[in-house]
Amino acid sequence: MWVLLILIVVVGLWVVSAYNGLISLKNQTVNAFKQIDVQLKRRHDLIPNLVNAVKGAMDFERSTLEAVIQARNQAVKVNASGPEGIKQISQAENTLSGALSRLLVTVERYPDLKATGNIGQLQEELTSTENRIAFARQLYNDTATQYNTKQQQFPTTLVAGLAHAERTDLWEIEDQTERAVPQVDLSRR
Amino acid sequence: MIGFVLFFAWLGFGGDYVWALQGHHPFPWVGIVLTAVAIFTTWHTYKTGPEKVLWATGAQELIDPQTDAERQVVNVVEEMAIAAGVPRPRIWIVPDDDPNAFATGHDPLDSHIAVTRGLLKICNRDELQAVIGHELGHVKNLDVRLMTTLAALVGAVLLVRDGMGRMMVGRGGRLGRDSGRRARDAGPLVAILLALWVISWIIAPLVTQLLAFAVSRRREYLADDMSAQFTRNPLALASALEKIESAAAPTASIKRGAAHLCIADPLGRRLTNHEGWLADTFATHPPMGMRISRLKGMGYAQLKKEGGSSTSFAPA
Repeated sequence: MWVLLILIVVVGLWVVSAYNGLISLKNQTVNAFKQIDVQLKRRHDLIPNLVNAVKGAMDFERSTLEAVIQARNQAVKVNASGPEGIKQISQAENTLSGALSRLLVTVERYPDLKATGNIGQLQEELTSTENRIAFARQLYNDTATQYNTKQQQFPTTLVAGLAHAERTDLWEIEDQTERAVPQVDLSRR
Repeated sequence: MIGFVLFFAWLGFGGDYVWALQGHHPFPWVGIVLTAVAIFTTWHTYKTGPEKVLWATGAQELIDPQTDAERQVVNVVEEMAIAAGVPRPRIWIVPDDDPNAFATGHDPLDSHIAVTRGLLKICNRDELQAVIGHELGHVKNLDVRLMTTLAALVGAVLLVRDGMGRMMVGRGGRLGRDSGRRARDAGPLVAILLALWVISWIIAPLVTQLLAFAVSRRREYLADDMSAQFTRNPLALASALEKIESAAAPTASIKRGAAHLCIADPLGRRLTNHEGWLADTFATHPPMGMRISRLKGMGYAQLKKEGGSSTSFAPA
């Protein structure tokens, strides 16, 4: 009789702690996803200023700059259209990332351009912006993986339904061109 | 911290007992005062520890970055805070040419990271990122609270011990003779307690110091791992540590009490380079060689998994 009672109490305590663990991971995942949003918003706000700052000095690379602006506007539009799903947003953002990294590579190609203070600053800001987004995604993916693993593992999986835990998507690189290592030609100029 | 208060209570009430044996004070004022002092210092160091540590190193807060290097530090710290999922800590610059860095604070919501000018000079962006990642690892593990408090307590123990020591020496001769005789009268248990008490007085600073060392060493490895987790680039931390070590002049502006907060032993003690029992007990940091080879092992395992191509995206 006592054994049974103790068993019930132990199981009950375990259910509570497993449930709470899942809920806390779920909320962490949601928060980590919002962090990506915050960083993307920051990038969208930053890009017009950056492009304006280098417009004069980089008149000859107009197409690169225009690609950046276009990708930025597209990304803002997708983001504003609401949470259509992580897939669409990530696609637009990846295009933007690609355009920005091409801009960075282009800047690398002009040493005398780099020498002026403005461009060095621009480079630092761009690198930092890209890094922030990359780290925000990394945090999201790490947290989401932890959450997914936890809810699939036995015995936690028994209370997963109770906590309404569902598998969350990871942030992936969709664009094949982005997956490829950027080719930098150093022989020219 | 509770251990610290109890230790002081033991020192204090033991002192009263010795006096009581001589029939001087029936009222245990030494014990009460010392316990109060212990509670107060613990509370006080907990509150003001970070400011004290920063003040002692002469660090200046970086609020409005002017130069490129300063802007880079701010950016790097913000990036790492995102990777760690903690709020951005306040950033301080220590005007010292020796490369070093440390973190302090109470919890992730109230934390400080300080780097020396020397570190900014010799590290590239990736390495700086790795070092900051290491410090944020300390912040996220709540090491900063523990270690900052330890740093302040080591100082407090030394202070009280020295003060009490002087008082004792003043009355030394008579006290020894009297209490010895009375202790014998009171039985062997009291004698043993008395001996224990005297010994604890002698080793008090040593004990607190060893405690700080032990905590510090274990946490360094953990913070190295956290840095690798945040940056996914353990080789950058390895090369940063190599650079810091090869520039191993003592960091003059970082005092003894705060040594275990830093990324590398600021005193430039040879002990950090040795392995074995002695170093295991008395060094604040694990051997540099061991830390570097651990990180390199991580890095090469990662490279192998990626098929031998590194795809880091960060022009220095």
